[in-house]
Amino acid sequence: MLDIFRKLPDAVVRLAVVVILLAATVTFILSSLPPALKRRDLQRAAAVERESAREIKYAGAGTCAECHEMEYTQKKGGYHRNVSCETCHGPAKNHAENPVDFKPPAPRDRQFCPTCHAYNASRPRGFPQINPISHNPLKPCYTCHQPHDPKPPTVPGECQACHGEIERTKAVSPHALLECTTCHVTPEQHKVNPRGVRPTKPATREFCAQCHGTNSTVEGPPKIELATHGEKYLCWQCHYPHMPEVD
Amino acid sequence: MNRRLFLQRIVSLLLTLGLPVGLFTKKPAAAAVKNGKSGAKPFYGMGIDIDKCIGCAKCMEACKAENDVPKEPFFFRTWVERYVIKHDGSVSIQSIGTATNPSSETVVEKDILRSFFVPKLCNQCANPPCVQVCPVGATFQTEDGVVLVDDIRCIGCRYCIQACPYGARYLHPEKQTADKCTFCYHRISKGLLPACVEVCPTQARVFGDVNSVASPLTRLKRMNKIHVLKPYLNTEPKVYYANLDGEVK
Repeated sequence: MLDIFRKLPDAVVRLAVVVILLAATVTFILSSLPPALKRRDLQRAAAVERESAREIKYAGAGTCAECHEMEYTQKKGGYHRNVSCETCHGPAKNHAENPVDFKPPAPRDRQFCPTCHAYNASRPRGFPQINPISHNPLKPCYTCHQPHDPKPPTVPGECQACHGEIERTKAVSPHALLECTTCHVTPEQHKVNPRGVRPTKPATREFCAQCHGTNSTVEGPPKIELATHGEKYLCWQCHYPHMPEVD
Repeated sequence: MNRRLFLQRIVSLLLTLGLPVGLFTKKPAAAAVKNGKSGAKPFYGMGIDIDKCIGCAKCMEACKAENDVPKEPFFFRTWVERYVIKHDGSVSIQSIGTATNPSSETVVEKDILRSFFVPKLCNQCANPPCVQVCPVGATFQTEDGVVLVDDIRCIGCRYCIQACPYGARYLHPEKQTADKCTFCYHRISKGLLPACVEVCPTQARVFGDVNSVASPLTRLKRMNKIHVLKPYLNTEPKVYYANLDGEVK
Protein backbone atom coordinates (compact mmCIF):
# COMPACT_ATOMS: atom_id res chain seq x y z
CA MET A 1 0.00 0.00 0.00
CA LEU A 2 2.66 2.47 1.03
CA ASP A 3 4.64 1.40 -2.03
CA ILE A 4 2.01 3.01 -4.21
CA PHE A 5 2.36 6.32 -2.36
CA ARG A 6 6.12 6.14 -2.68
CA LYS A 7 5.87 5.53 -6.40
CA LEU A 8 3.55 8.54 -6.84
CA PRO A 9 5.10 11.99 -7.21
CA ASP A 10 5.22 13.96 -3.96
CA ALA A 11 2.95 16.75 -5.27
CA VAL A 12 0.12 14.29 -6.06
CA VAL A 13 0.25 12.81 -2.56
CA ARG A 14 0.00 16.27 -0.96
CA LEU A 15 -2.94 17.12 -3.25
CA ALA A 16 -4.68 13.89 -2.31
CA VAL A 17 -4.32 14.68 1.40
CA VAL A 18 -5.85 18.12 0.89
CA VAL A 19 -8.74 16.69 -1.15
CA ILE A 20 -9.45 14.01 1.47
CA LEU A 21 -9.38 16.56 4.28
CA LEU A 22 -11.76 18.88 2.39
CA ALA A 23 -14.17 16.05 1.62
CA ALA A 24 -14.14 14.96 5.27
CA THR A 25 -14.87 18.53 6.46
CA VAL A 26 -17.76 18.95 4.03
CA THR A 27 -19.27 15.57 4.98
CA PHE A 28 -18.95 16.39 8.66
CA ILE A 29 -20.62 19.80 8.30
CA LEU A 30 -23.43 18.38 6.16
CA SER A 31 -24.11 15.50 8.53
CA SER A 32 -24.04 17.69 11.65
CA LEU A 33 -26.47 20.31 10.25
CA PRO A 34 -30.02 19.90 11.54
CA PRO A 35 -32.33 18.52 8.83
CA ALA A 36 -34.50 21.66 9.00
CA LEU A 37 -31.65 23.63 7.47
CA LYS A 38 -31.14 21.25 4.58
CA ARG A 39 -34.54 19.98 3.56
CA ARG A 40 -36.88 22.36 1.76
CA ASP A 41 -40.02 20.34 2.53
CA LEU A 42 -39.31 20.67 6.27
CA GLN A 43 -38.69 24.41 5.91
CA ARG A 44 -41.98 24.85 4.13
CA ALA A 45 -43.91 22.73 6.59
CA ALA A 46 -42.47 24.89 9.38
CA ALA A 47 -43.42 28.07 7.51
CA VAL A 48 -47.00 26.82 7.02
CA GLU A 49 -47.09 25.91 10.72
CA ARG A 50 -45.94 29.40 11.75
CA GLU A 51 -48.44 31.03 9.41
CA SER A 52 -51.34 28.92 10.78
CA ALA A 53 -50.36 29.66 14.38
CA ARG A 54 -50.69 33.44 14.07
CA GLU A 55 -53.07 35.23 16.37
CA ILE A 56 -56.73 35.57 15.28
CA LYS A 57 -58.34 38.93 16.00
CA TYR A 58 -61.75 38.70 14.32
CA ALA A 59 -63.88 36.09 16.07
CA GLY A 60 -66.28 35.49 13.17
CA ALA A 61 -70.00 36.13 12.77
CA GLY A 62 -71.26 33.04 14.62
CA THR A 63 -69.42 33.74 17.86
CA CYS A 64 -71.32 36.89 18.88
CA ALA A 65 -74.74 35.22 18.65
CA GLU A 66 -73.85 32.85 21.50
CA CYS A 67 -74.24 35.64 24.10
CA HIS A 68 -75.86 38.61 22.30
CA GLU A 69 -79.02 36.78 21.39
CA MET A 70 -81.29 39.85 21.36
CA GLU A 71 -79.12 41.82 18.94
CA TYR A 72 -78.72 38.72 16.78
CA THR A 73 -82.46 38.09 16.42
CA GLN A 74 -83.09 41.79 15.88
CA LYS A 75 -80.46 41.99 13.16
CA LYS A 76 -81.28 38.84 11.23
CA GLY A 77 -84.59 40.17 9.91
CA GLY A 78 -83.38 43.64 8.94
CA TYR A 79 -81.38 45.19 6.15
CA HIS A 80 -78.16 44.71 8.11
CA ARG A 81 -78.66 40.93 8.35
CA ASN A 82 -75.59 40.25 6.18
CA VAL A 83 -73.40 42.82 7.94
CA SER A 84 -71.08 41.05 10.34
CA CYS A 85 -71.06 42.38 13.94
CA GLU A 86 -67.33 43.06 13.68
CA THR A 87 -67.81 45.24 10.62
CA CYS A 88 -68.98 48.05 12.91
CA HIS A 89 -67.74 46.94 16.34
CA GLY A 90 -64.22 46.03 15.24
CA PRO A 91 -62.14 42.92 15.99
CA ALA A 92 -63.59 41.17 19.05
CA LYS A 93 -61.77 37.86 19.53
CA ASN A 94 -60.29 39.12 22.80
CA HIS A 95 -63.78 40.17 23.95
CA ALA A 96 -65.10 36.68 23.18
CA GLU A 97 -62.35 35.17 25.32
CA ASN A 98 -62.49 37.74 28.12
CA PRO A 99 -65.82 39.59 28.02
CA VAL A 100 -65.13 41.62 31.17
CA ASP A 101 -61.79 43.23 30.41
CA PHE A 102 -62.16 43.84 26.69
CA LYS A 103 -65.14 45.78 25.39
CA PRO A 104 -65.45 46.37 21.66
CA PRO A 105 -66.46 49.95 20.84
CA ALA A 106 -70.03 50.81 19.79
CA PRO A 107 -69.58 53.61 17.25
CA ARG A 108 -72.15 56.34 17.93
CA ASP A 109 -70.32 59.09 16.08
CA ARG A 110 -72.13 60.80 13.21
CA GLN A 111 -69.00 60.34 11.12
CA PHE A 112 -69.26 56.54 11.32
CA CYS A 113 -72.35 55.53 9.34
CA PRO A 114 -71.48 57.75 6.33
CA THR A 115 -68.39 55.53 5.80
CA CYS A 116 -70.82 53.33 3.92
CA HIS A 117 -73.92 55.52 3.53
CA ALA A 118 -72.55 58.89 2.35
CA TYR A 119 -73.35 59.62 -1.27
CA ASN A 120 -70.56 58.62 -3.65
CA ALA A 121 -70.99 58.53 -7.42
CA SER A 122 -69.06 55.24 -7.58
CA ARG A 123 -71.37 53.36 -5.22
CA PRO A 124 -73.77 50.90 -6.85
CA ARG A 125 -77.21 52.22 -7.77
CA GLY A 126 -79.86 51.35 -5.20
CA PHE A 127 -77.51 51.31 -2.23
CA PRO A 128 -79.02 53.65 0.42
CA GLN A 129 -76.97 56.85 0.45
CA ILE A 130 -77.45 60.26 2.06
CA ASN A 131 -75.74 63.61 1.93
CA PRO A 132 -74.26 63.91 5.45
CA ILE A 133 -74.28 67.72 5.27
CA SER A 134 -77.98 68.17 4.50
CA HIS A 135 -79.40 64.99 6.11
CA ASN A 136 -80.63 66.05 9.60
CA PRO A 137 -77.39 67.84 10.48
CA LEU A 138 -75.88 67.35 13.97
CA LYS A 139 -78.27 64.54 14.94
CA PRO A 140 -76.55 61.22 15.63
CA CYS A 141 -77.80 58.53 13.23
CA TYR A 142 -79.18 56.30 15.99
CA THR A 143 -81.76 58.91 17.10
CA CYS A 144 -83.84 57.92 14.04
CA HIS A 145 -82.33 54.62 12.84
CA GLN A 146 -81.76 51.53 14.99
CA PRO A 147 -78.39 50.22 13.70
CA HIS A 148 -79.31 46.55 14.29
CA ASP A 149 -82.51 46.94 12.26
CA PRO A 150 -82.21 50.16 10.25
CA LYS A 151 -85.35 51.50 8.58
CA PRO A 152 -86.45 54.89 7.38
CA PRO A 153 -88.22 56.46 10.41
CA THR A 154 -91.44 56.89 8.43
CA VAL A 155 -92.67 55.00 5.41
CA PRO A 156 -92.50 57.18 2.32
CA GLY A 157 -95.81 58.80 1.41
CA GLU A 158 -95.02 59.62 -2.19
CA CYS A 159 -93.21 57.69 -4.90
CA GLN A 160 -90.80 60.58 -5.36
CA ALA A 161 -89.32 60.09 -1.90
CA CYS A 162 -87.28 57.28 -3.43
CA HIS A 163 -87.82 57.67 -7.18
CA GLY A 164 -86.96 61.38 -7.31
CA GLU A 165 -85.11 61.18 -10.59
CA ILE A 166 -88.07 59.62 -12.39
CA GLU A 167 -90.46 62.09 -10.74
CA ARG A 168 -88.42 65.12 -11.88
CA THR A 169 -88.13 63.74 -15.42
CA LYS A 170 -91.84 63.03 -15.64
CA ALA A 171 -92.69 66.51 -14.27
CA VAL A 172 -91.44 68.21 -17.45
CA SER A 173 -92.75 65.57 -19.85
CA PRO A 174 -96.15 65.24 -21.61
CA HIS A 175 -96.97 62.58 -19.00
CA ALA A 176 -96.61 65.13 -16.14
CA LEU A 177 -100.26 64.92 -15.14
CA LEU A 178 -100.38 61.12 -14.97
CA GLU A 179 -100.13 59.51 -11.55
CA CYS A 180 -97.46 56.79 -11.15
CA THR A 181 -100.30 54.42 -10.29
CA THR A 182 -101.94 55.03 -13.69
CA CYS A 183 -99.42 52.63 -15.22
CA HIS A 184 -97.88 50.84 -12.18
CA VAL A 185 -100.03 48.76 -9.86
CA THR A 186 -98.22 49.32 -6.54
CA PRO A 187 -98.91 47.03 -3.59
CA GLU A 188 -98.86 48.85 -0.23
CA GLN A 189 -96.20 46.38 0.92
CA HIS A 190 -93.75 47.93 -1.58
CA LYS A 191 -93.29 50.90 0.77
CA VAL A 192 -91.85 48.79 3.57
CA ASN A 193 -90.26 46.04 1.49
CA PRO A 194 -89.21 47.83 -1.70
CA ARG A 195 -87.18 45.01 -3.23
CA GLY A 196 -89.27 42.09 -2.07
CA VAL A 197 -92.60 43.41 -3.37
CA ARG A 198 -92.31 45.27 -6.64
CA PRO A 199 -94.83 47.36 -8.59
CA THR A 200 -95.99 46.06 -11.95
CA LYS A 201 -94.97 47.47 -15.30
CA PRO A 202 -97.23 47.54 -18.40
CA ALA A 203 -96.29 44.50 -20.45
CA THR A 204 -98.51 44.80 -23.51
CA ARG A 205 -98.89 47.15 -26.50
CA GLU A 206 -102.59 47.29 -25.82
CA PHE A 207 -101.98 49.06 -22.49
CA CYS A 208 -100.51 52.15 -24.18
CA ALA A 209 -103.07 51.90 -26.96
CA GLN A 210 -105.83 52.63 -24.42
CA CYS A 211 -104.82 56.29 -24.89
CA HIS A 212 -102.62 56.22 -27.99
CA GLY A 213 -104.52 53.85 -30.30
CA THR A 214 -106.63 55.28 -33.15
CA ASN A 215 -109.78 53.71 -31.72
CA SER A 216 -109.18 55.24 -28.26
CA THR A 217 -111.83 57.63 -26.96
CA VAL A 218 -109.37 59.73 -24.94
CA GLU A 219 -108.96 63.22 -26.45
CA GLY A 220 -105.53 64.76 -26.84
CA PRO A 221 -102.71 62.20 -26.90
CA PRO A 222 -101.04 61.45 -30.27
CA LYS A 223 -102.65 58.47 -31.96
CA ILE A 224 -101.10 55.52 -33.80
CA GLU A 225 -102.50 52.55 -35.70
CA LEU A 226 -101.58 49.63 -33.48
CA ALA A 227 -101.58 47.07 -36.29
CA THR A 228 -99.04 48.91 -38.49
CA HIS A 229 -96.97 50.89 -35.98
CA GLY A 230 -93.73 49.53 -34.55
CA GLU A 231 -94.01 45.92 -35.75
CA LYS A 232 -93.30 43.41 -33.00
CA TYR A 233 -91.83 45.77 -30.40
CA LEU A 234 -93.31 46.73 -27.08
CA CYS A 235 -93.86 50.48 -26.74
CA TRP A 236 -91.07 51.07 -24.20
CA GLN A 237 -88.50 49.44 -26.45
CA CYS A 238 -88.51 52.67 -28.52
CA HIS A 239 -90.21 55.27 -26.26
CA TYR A 240 -89.21 56.10 -22.69
CA PRO A 241 -92.57 56.29 -20.90
CA HIS A 242 -91.42 58.82 -18.26
CA MET A 243 -90.20 61.24 -20.96
CA PRO A 244 -91.92 60.33 -24.26
CA GLU A 245 -90.57 62.33 -27.20
CA VAL A 246 -92.82 64.96 -28.78
CA ASP A 247 -92.66 65.43 -32.56
CA MET B 1 -17.04 -4.37 -29.09
CA ASN B 2 -15.98 -1.49 -31.24
CA ARG B 3 -16.40 2.13 -30.33
CA ARG B 4 -19.46 2.66 -32.54
CA LEU B 5 -21.40 -0.24 -31.00
CA PHE B 6 -20.43 0.92 -27.51
CA LEU B 7 -21.76 4.45 -28.10
CA GLN B 8 -24.99 3.09 -29.63
CA ARG B 9 -25.65 0.92 -26.59
CA ILE B 10 -24.93 3.78 -24.19
CA VAL B 11 -27.46 6.02 -26.02
CA SER B 12 -30.19 3.36 -26.08
CA LEU B 13 -29.61 2.59 -22.39
CA LEU B 14 -29.95 6.28 -21.47
CA LEU B 15 -33.14 6.59 -23.51
CA THR B 16 -34.79 3.54 -21.94
CA LEU B 17 -33.86 4.72 -18.45
CA GLY B 18 -34.66 8.39 -19.00
CA LEU B 19 -38.07 8.18 -20.64
CA PRO B 20 -39.99 6.54 -17.76
CA VAL B 21 -38.33 8.89 -15.24
CA GLY B 22 -39.43 11.92 -17.26
CA LEU B 23 -42.95 10.57 -17.65
CA PHE B 24 -43.57 10.00 -13.97
CA THR B 25 -42.06 13.23 -12.65
CA LYS B 26 -44.80 15.75 -11.84
CA LYS B 27 -44.35 19.49 -11.75
CA PRO B 28 -45.19 20.82 -8.25
CA ALA B 29 -47.84 23.35 -9.37
CA ALA B 30 -49.62 20.84 -11.60
CA ALA B 31 -49.61 18.34 -8.76
CA ALA B 32 -51.22 20.88 -6.43
CA VAL B 33 -54.01 21.63 -8.91
CA LYS B 34 -54.65 17.94 -9.34
CA ASN B 35 -54.80 17.41 -5.58
CA GLY B 36 -57.50 20.06 -5.35
CA LYS B 37 -59.58 18.53 -8.10
CA SER B 38 -59.59 15.11 -6.50
CA GLY B 39 -61.29 16.71 -3.48
CA ALA B 40 -58.68 15.56 -0.96
CA LYS B 41 -57.55 19.10 -0.09
CA PRO B 42 -59.36 22.35 -0.76
CA PHE B 43 -57.91 24.68 -3.38
CA TYR B 44 -58.78 28.16 -2.20
CA GLY B 45 -59.98 31.08 -4.28
CA MET B 46 -61.88 34.32 -3.85
CA GLY B 47 -64.74 35.88 -5.77
CA ILE B 48 -65.37 39.63 -5.96
CA ASP B 49 -68.62 41.16 -7.22
CA ILE B 50 -67.83 44.67 -8.47
CA ASP B 51 -71.54 45.56 -8.53
CA LYS B 52 -71.76 45.08 -4.77
CA CYS B 53 -68.63 46.91 -3.64
CA ILE B 54 -69.50 50.24 -1.95
CA GLY B 55 -65.89 51.32 -1.37
CA CYS B 56 -66.23 51.58 2.42
CA ALA B 57 -62.62 50.37 2.98
CA LYS B 58 -63.68 48.08 5.85
CA CYS B 59 -61.72 45.26 4.21
CA MET B 60 -58.54 47.33 4.15
CA GLU B 61 -58.89 48.21 7.83
CA ALA B 62 -59.76 44.66 8.88
CA CYS B 63 -56.80 43.27 6.94
CA LYS B 64 -54.41 45.67 8.65
CA ALA B 65 -55.82 44.81 12.07
CA GLU B 66 -55.83 41.06 11.53
CA ASN B 67 -52.40 40.73 9.93
CA ASP B 68 -50.40 43.41 11.80
CA VAL B 69 -49.71 45.30 8.61
CA PRO B 70 -47.92 48.55 9.60
CA LYS B 71 -50.40 51.44 9.90
CA GLU B 72 -47.91 53.81 8.25
CA PRO B 73 -46.35 54.08 5.69
CA PHE B 74 -49.35 53.12 3.63
CA PHE B 75 -48.72 49.50 2.73
CA PHE B 76 -51.71 47.27 2.12
CA ARG B 77 -52.24 43.55 1.59
CA THR B 78 -55.59 44.41 0.08
CA TRP B 79 -56.68 47.76 -1.27
CA VAL B 80 -59.61 49.23 -3.22
CA GLU B 81 -59.23 51.22 -6.42
CA ARG B 82 -61.82 53.75 -7.54
CA TYR B 83 -62.25 53.88 -11.29
CA VAL B 84 -63.81 56.99 -12.83
CA ILE B 85 -64.45 56.95 -16.57
CA LYS B 86 -65.34 60.41 -17.87
CA HIS B 87 -67.44 61.46 -20.85
CA ASP B 88 -64.28 62.41 -22.76
CA GLY B 89 -63.07 58.80 -22.41
CA SER B 90 -60.30 59.50 -19.92
CA VAL B 91 -59.94 57.08 -17.02
CA SER B 92 -58.74 58.04 -13.57
CA ILE B 93 -57.78 55.37 -11.06
CA GLN B 94 -57.27 56.21 -7.41
CA SER B 95 -56.63 53.99 -4.43
CA ILE B 96 -59.26 54.94 -1.87
CA GLY B 97 -58.37 55.96 1.67
CA THR B 98 -59.51 54.43 4.94
CA ALA B 99 -61.59 56.13 7.64
CA THR B 100 -58.41 57.32 9.37
CA ASN B 101 -56.93 58.59 6.13
CA PRO B 102 -59.85 59.55 3.89
CA SER B 103 -59.46 60.41 0.23
CA SER B 104 -61.10 63.56 -1.10
CA GLU B 105 -63.49 63.81 -4.05
CA THR B 106 -61.53 65.04 -7.06
CA VAL B 107 -64.01 64.57 -9.89
CA VAL B 108 -66.95 66.77 -10.87
CA GLU B 109 -69.96 64.49 -10.93
CA LYS B 110 -71.31 65.82 -14.24
CA ASP B 111 -68.14 64.61 -16.02
CA ILE B 112 -68.60 61.01 -14.89
CA LEU B 113 -69.79 58.52 -17.50
CA ARG B 114 -69.51 55.54 -15.18
CA SER B 115 -67.64 54.77 -12.02
CA PHE B 116 -67.07 51.83 -9.67
CA PHE B 117 -64.75 50.34 -7.06
CA VAL B 118 -62.36 47.44 -7.65
CA PRO B 119 -61.03 45.63 -4.56
CA LYS B 120 -57.61 44.14 -5.20
CA LEU B 121 -55.37 41.69 -3.38
CA CYS B 122 -52.88 38.91 -4.12
CA ASN B 123 -54.45 36.76 -6.84
CA GLN B 124 -52.93 33.58 -5.32
CA CYS B 125 -52.04 32.47 -8.85
CA ALA B 126 -52.05 28.75 -9.59
CA ASN B 127 -48.96 29.46 -11.71
CA PRO B 128 -47.27 32.17 -9.64
CA PRO B 129 -44.48 34.26 -11.21
CA CYS B 130 -43.26 35.38 -7.76
CA VAL B 131 -42.42 31.78 -6.83
CA GLN B 132 -40.40 31.29 -10.01
CA VAL B 133 -38.11 34.25 -9.38
CA CYS B 134 -37.34 33.75 -5.68
CA PRO B 135 -33.61 32.94 -5.50
CA VAL B 136 -33.80 31.27 -2.06
CA GLY B 137 -37.11 29.41 -2.38
CA ALA B 138 -38.67 31.50 0.39
CA THR B 139 -41.98 31.99 -1.40
CA PHE B 140 -43.95 28.90 -2.30
CA GLN B 141 -47.40 27.52 -2.99
CA THR B 142 -49.07 25.40 -0.34
CA GLU B 143 -51.11 22.32 -1.21
CA ASP B 144 -54.32 24.28 -0.75
CA GLY B 145 -53.27 26.81 -3.36
CA VAL B 146 -52.13 29.71 -1.17
CA VAL B 147 -48.86 31.44 -1.99
CA LEU B 148 -46.95 32.09 1.24
CA VAL B 149 -43.68 33.81 2.15
CA ASP B 150 -41.31 32.08 4.56
CA ASP B 151 -40.03 35.15 6.38
CA ILE B 152 -37.08 33.25 7.89
CA ARG B 153 -35.78 32.28 4.43
CA CYS B 154 -36.61 35.59 2.72
CA ILE B 155 -33.54 37.76 2.16
CA GLY B 156 -35.52 40.85 1.10
CA CYS B 157 -34.10 41.00 -2.43
CA ARG B 158 -37.41 42.37 -3.83
CA TYR B 159 -37.33 40.13 -6.95
CA CYS B 160 -40.85 38.89 -6.21
CA ILE B 161 -42.14 42.44 -5.70
CA GLN B 162 -40.88 43.24 -9.21
CA ALA B 163 -42.21 40.02 -10.67
CA CYS B 164 -45.79 40.29 -9.37
CA PRO B 165 -47.91 41.61 -12.27
CA TYR B 166 -50.63 42.71 -9.81
CA GLY B 167 -48.48 44.81 -7.46
CA ALA B 168 -49.67 42.69 -4.54
CA ARG B 169 -46.36 42.54 -2.65
CA TYR B 170 -44.44 45.05 -0.60
CA LEU B 171 -41.33 45.01 1.56
CA HIS B 172 -42.34 44.92 5.22
CA PRO B 173 -40.60 48.00 6.69
CA GLU B 174 -39.79 46.33 10.05
CA LYS B 175 -39.03 42.74 9.06
CA GLN B 176 -37.34 43.77 5.76
CA THR B 177 -38.91 40.74 4.09
CA ALA B 178 -41.47 40.46 1.32
CA ASP B 179 -45.05 40.48 2.61
CA LYS B 180 -48.39 39.86 0.95
CA CYS B 181 -51.94 38.59 1.37
CA THR B 182 -52.10 35.02 2.71
CA PHE B 183 -55.90 34.65 2.37
CA CYS B 184 -55.60 34.93 6.20
CA TYR B 185 -54.03 31.47 6.27
CA HIS B 186 -54.23 31.31 10.08
CA ARG B 187 -58.01 31.85 9.85
CA ILE B 188 -58.89 29.61 6.90
CA SER B 189 -56.87 26.72 8.35
CA LYS B 190 -59.24 26.88 11.36
CA GLY B 191 -62.38 27.10 9.25
CA LEU B 192 -62.91 30.86 9.58
CA LEU B 193 -63.30 33.28 6.70
CA PRO B 194 -60.51 35.71 5.75
CA ALA B 195 -60.88 38.98 7.68
CA CYS B 196 -61.82 41.02 4.58
CA VAL B 197 -64.60 38.57 3.66
CA GLU B 198 -65.77 38.50 7.28
CA VAL B 199 -66.29 42.27 7.52
CA CYS B 200 -67.50 43.03 3.98
CA PRO B 201 -70.95 44.56 4.66
CA THR B 202 -72.37 43.85 1.19
CA GLN B 203 -70.92 40.38 0.51
CA ALA B 204 -68.94 41.79 -2.39
CA ARG B 205 -66.21 39.32 -1.43
CA VAL B 206 -66.84 35.59 -1.18
CA PHE B 207 -64.31 32.93 -0.32
CA GLY B 208 -64.12 29.18 -0.76
CA ASP B 209 -62.78 26.09 -2.44
CA VAL B 210 -62.67 26.58 -6.22
CA ASN B 211 -63.49 22.91 -6.78
CA SER B 212 -66.48 22.65 -4.43
CA VAL B 213 -69.83 21.81 -6.00
CA ALA B 214 -71.98 24.12 -3.87
CA SER B 215 -70.52 27.16 -2.12
CA PRO B 216 -70.92 30.93 -2.31
CA LEU B 217 -67.85 31.07 -4.56
CA THR B 218 -69.19 28.42 -6.93
CA ARG B 219 -72.54 30.19 -7.04
CA LEU B 220 -70.85 33.50 -7.88
CA LYS B 221 -68.92 31.78 -10.66
CA ARG B 222 -72.04 30.08 -11.99
CA MET B 223 -74.37 33.08 -11.91
CA ASN B 224 -71.99 35.72 -13.32
CA LYS B 225 -69.66 36.23 -16.21
CA ILE B 226 -66.26 35.93 -14.59
CA HIS B 227 -63.06 37.74 -15.42
CA VAL B 228 -59.60 37.49 -13.93
CA LEU B 229 -56.93 40.19 -14.05
CA LYS B 230 -54.33 39.94 -16.85
CA PRO B 231 -55.36 36.49 -18.11
CA TYR B 232 -52.87 36.74 -21.01
CA LEU B 233 -49.96 36.30 -18.58
CA ASN B 234 -51.05 32.69 -17.91
CA THR B 235 -50.64 33.14 -14.18
CA GLU B 236 -54.04 31.47 -13.64
CA PRO B 237 -55.24 33.89 -10.93
CA LYS B 238 -57.69 32.55 -8.35
CA VAL B 239 -59.38 35.86 -7.57
CA TYR B 240 -62.47 35.85 -9.76
CA TYR B 241 -64.20 39.13 -10.62
CA ALA B 242 -67.88 39.36 -11.52
CA ASN B 243 -69.16 42.37 -13.48
CA LEU B 244 -65.63 43.63 -14.13
CA ASP B 245 -65.41 46.62 -16.47
CA GLY B 246 -63.21 46.38 -19.56
CA GLU B 247 -61.22 49.40 -18.40
CA VAL B 248 -59.76 47.45 -15.46
CA LYS B 249 -56.38 46.22 -16.49
